[in-house]
Amino acid sequence: MPTMNMLQAINNALDIAMAEDEKVICFGEDVGIFGGVFRATSHLQEKYGKARCFNTPLVEQGIIGFANGLAAQGSVPVAEIQFADYIFPAFDQIVNETAKFRYRSGDLFNVGGLTIRTPYGGGIAGGLYHSQSPEAYFTHTPGLKVVVPRNPYQAKGLLLAAIRDPDPVLFLEPKRLYRAAVGDVPEEDYQLPIGEAEITKEGTDVTLVGWGAQMEVIGKAVELAEEQGINCEVIDLRSLLPWDADTVAESVLKTGRLVVSHEAPLTGGFAGEIAATIQERCFLYLESPIARVTGLDTPFPLVLEKEYLPDHLKIFEAIRESVNF
Amino acid sequence: MMTQYAHQPAFLTGDEFSIPTFSVLSPDGELYSGADTPPLEQARARRIYHAMLATRILDERMLAAQRQGRLSFYMQCTGEEAAVVGATAALDDADMIMAQYREQGALMYRGFSIDEFMNQLFGNELDYGKGRQMPIHYGSRKLHYMTISSPLATQIPQATGYAYGQKMAGKGHCTLTFFGEGAASEGDFHAALNMASVHHVPVIFFCRNNGYAISTPAVEQFAADGIAPRAFGYRMHVIRVDGNDVLAVYEATRQAREIAVERNQPVLIEAMTYRLAAHSSSDDPSGYRSKDEEEAWRIKDPLLRMQKWLLAKGWWSEEEETREQETLRREVLGTMKRAEKRSPPPLDSLISDVYADVTPALQRQFDQLKRHIRRYPDAYPRGAQSLDLDVRTDTDTQGEA
Repeated sequence: MPTMNMLQAINNALDIAMAEDEKVICFGEDVGIFGGVFRATSHLQEKYGKARCFNTPLVEQGIIGFANGLAAQGSVPVAEIQFADYIFPAFDQIVNETAKFRYRSGDLFNVGGLTIRTPYGGGIAGGLYHSQSPEAYFTHTPGLKVVVPRNPYQAKGLLLAAIRDPDPVLFLEPKRLYRAAVGDVPEEDYQLPIGEAEITKEGTDVTLVGWGAQMEVIGKAVELAEEQGINCEVIDLRSLLPWDADTVAESVLKTGRLVVSHEAPLTGGFAGEIAATIQERCFLYLESPIARVTGLDTPFPLVLEKEYLPDHLKIFEAIRESVNF
Repeated sequence: MMTQYAHQPAFLTGDEFSIPTFSVLSPDGELYSGADTPPLEQARARRIYHAMLATRILDERMLAAQRQGRLSFYMQCTGEEAAVVGATAALDDADMIMAQYREQGALMYRGFSIDEFMNQLFGNELDYGKGRQMPIHYGSRKLHYMTISSPLATQIPQATGYAYGQKMAGKGHCTLTFFGEGAASEGDFHAALNMASVHHVPVIFFCRNNGYAISTPAVEQFAADGIAPRAFGYRMHVIRVDGNDVLAVYEATRQAREIAVERNQPVLIEAMTYRLAAHSSSDDPSGYRSKDEEEAWRIKDPLLRMQKWLLAKGWWSEEEETREQETLRREVLGTMKRAEKRSPPPLDSLISDVYADVTPALQRQFDQLKRHIRRYPDAYPRGAQSLDLDVRTDTDTQGEA
C-alpha cells in the first residue's frame, strides 16, 4: 500500500473524482497551474485542463456563489477557500444559500454536489488569521454537512464521500498535518461514511472526543494517562454535522466520563453541543462533569500560541481531574 | 442624469475608453519630453529616496534572517518602493494610511524606526501589537498608520468610513488606502468605491497593480484593462500611473489629495508596477513565472530610476549612496540582534484587549491557565517567564500535587 501525506491523499482523492466524473470541477485562488498554496490541487489542471481546474479571481464570496450556481446546474464543484480564516466573505453564500437551497425551493433545486475544501487550525505560527477553527459557525447551520479528517487515510475516504454526498459538505482540512501526517493510503477508490464517528481506541475509564488535528494531541494525552493506569476510550467524530451522538453516548454509558477537546474558543464551541447532548442521554451514568479542553475565549495569538492551545498536558490534566472527581 | 435614447441597439465594452499611464521619469532617470518636474523640493526628494533605500535594505536583510530561521515569516516590498513611498510623500503626514501588508515603505517614510519594525517582526515585549500578529503586520497610531489585517481588502471600505469621519471632523485630512490588483476582486473593494462616491468622501484608493496575486497573474484576475476603468462605474476620478516612476506617483497622488480634500471627491489611482520578490517567504515564484520576465522588470527598478535622477540634479552622490547603504545595513543588523533577544510579551497579553476590560469568564480561564503553567513551567517557557514575577497565591497552589 502506498504511503502518502495528507496533501497527497487529498490530491489523490480529487484526481480519482475528476477521472471518474467529468462534472467534477475544482477551482479557487491559486489552485490552477500552481496547484494551490499548499499544493493540494497539483497537476490537476495539467491532467484535466483549464476548464475543470482553474484559478479564480480573489473573491471568496464569488467563489462560493459561483459554486452554488454551478452545483444547482448539476455540476459537482469542489471549491477551495485558501484558509478557513478567509471563508467569511463567503459566509452569506454558505449560510443563506448553500445550506438553504434545497429547503427553500421545496427540493426543486439543490446544491448537493458542492464540496468546499478549506485548511483550518493552528500550531503553525500563523497568528490571528492563519490559525482559526471556525467549525462552530457552520455546525449552527442546518443544511450543511461539516467533515474533518484526522489523517491521510481518512482524508481520502471522507473527501471522496463528501464529493459524492447528495448534500453540500464543508470539508475542513487540518493544515498542521498536511505534510506532518503520513500513512498508508490505498491507491484505489474508497469512501468512509459521513456522520459516523470512529472509536480509535477502546477503553473503560474515560471517553475522549475530538476531531481533525486534535486527535493527535488527544493521543499524546492518552499515552500519559495510560502510564498512570487510566484506561481511555478515544473517539474521532470525523463528522460534526451531522454528528454521531449514538457512538459517543454508548461510550459514556460505559465509562461514565467525557473529555471533549477542540482548538476553537470555549464559548459557543462545538464541545458545548456535545456536552449538552451527552448529559441529556447519560445523566444518571456520569461519574464526573463533562470536561471541555479548548482554546481560550480570545482571538488566536501568535507568540503565546503554545500557551493558548489545548495541548496534551491540558488534556491529560482534564483526564486526571475527571477520573479523580 | 437625462436619459439619452438611441433607436438602434449598440453594445459598449469599455474598449472605447483608453486610460493612459502617467509617467514623468524614463527608466534612465530622465524627464520625458512634455513632462514637468513636480513641485518636489530637495529635502523631500531626499527623504523619499532614503525611505525607499531603507525599505529595500530592510527587506533584503529580513528575508535573509527568515532564511536563517531567525524569523518565522517575511514579505518584501521590493520593486514597489516608488509606488508606496511616492504616494505617502504626497500626503500630509497626519493623513491616514490604511495599507494591505506590503507597504512598509510608507511607515519608513513617516519615520517608523528600525527598532519599531524589529519589535513587531520578532513579536517581543515592545511590539505595539503585543506579539499577536504575524511579522509585517505593523501599526502606528502616532504615524497615522492603521494596524494591518491579513484578510484582503477589508481595509478598503474601512478607509471610506474613516475618511467620512475626517470630512465630518473638518480638519482637512484624508485617508489613502493601499491594496493590490488581486484584492480589488473582493466585494469589499466595490462596496468601498461606491459608498465613497455616493457620500462624497475624501479617500484615495491606491491600487498597486504588481501583476500577481500570489501565483495568479493579472490576466487571470480580470478581463478588463486593469483596475482603473472601474472608476467610471462609480463616477470617480481616476488616474493610471507608472508605479516605478516616483515622480509620477508623487504628482498623481498630490493632485488626487487636492481633489479629495478640497472637493470631497474620492480618487482611484492605479500604479502599474511589479512584485519583484516572491509573494512571501513561504512562496516560490519559479512555479508560475519566468526568470526572463523578472529580469525585464529588474531593469525598471524604481530605486535605480530615482537615484539616477537625484544624481543628475546633484541632490545625491555616489559616496552618499555607499555610505547610506552601509549605515542602514549596520543599523538593521544591530537592531535585529537587540530585538530578537528581548522578552516575549507578558502572559496576560493573551487576554487583554479582547474587550476594553477582561471579562470575569475570561479571567477564570486565565487563572486556570496560570495554575497549569505553574505545574508544567518547562512546557511553556514563554508563559512561565513572565509568571515568575507573579506572587503565588493560596488559591493558585490549591489542588496541586
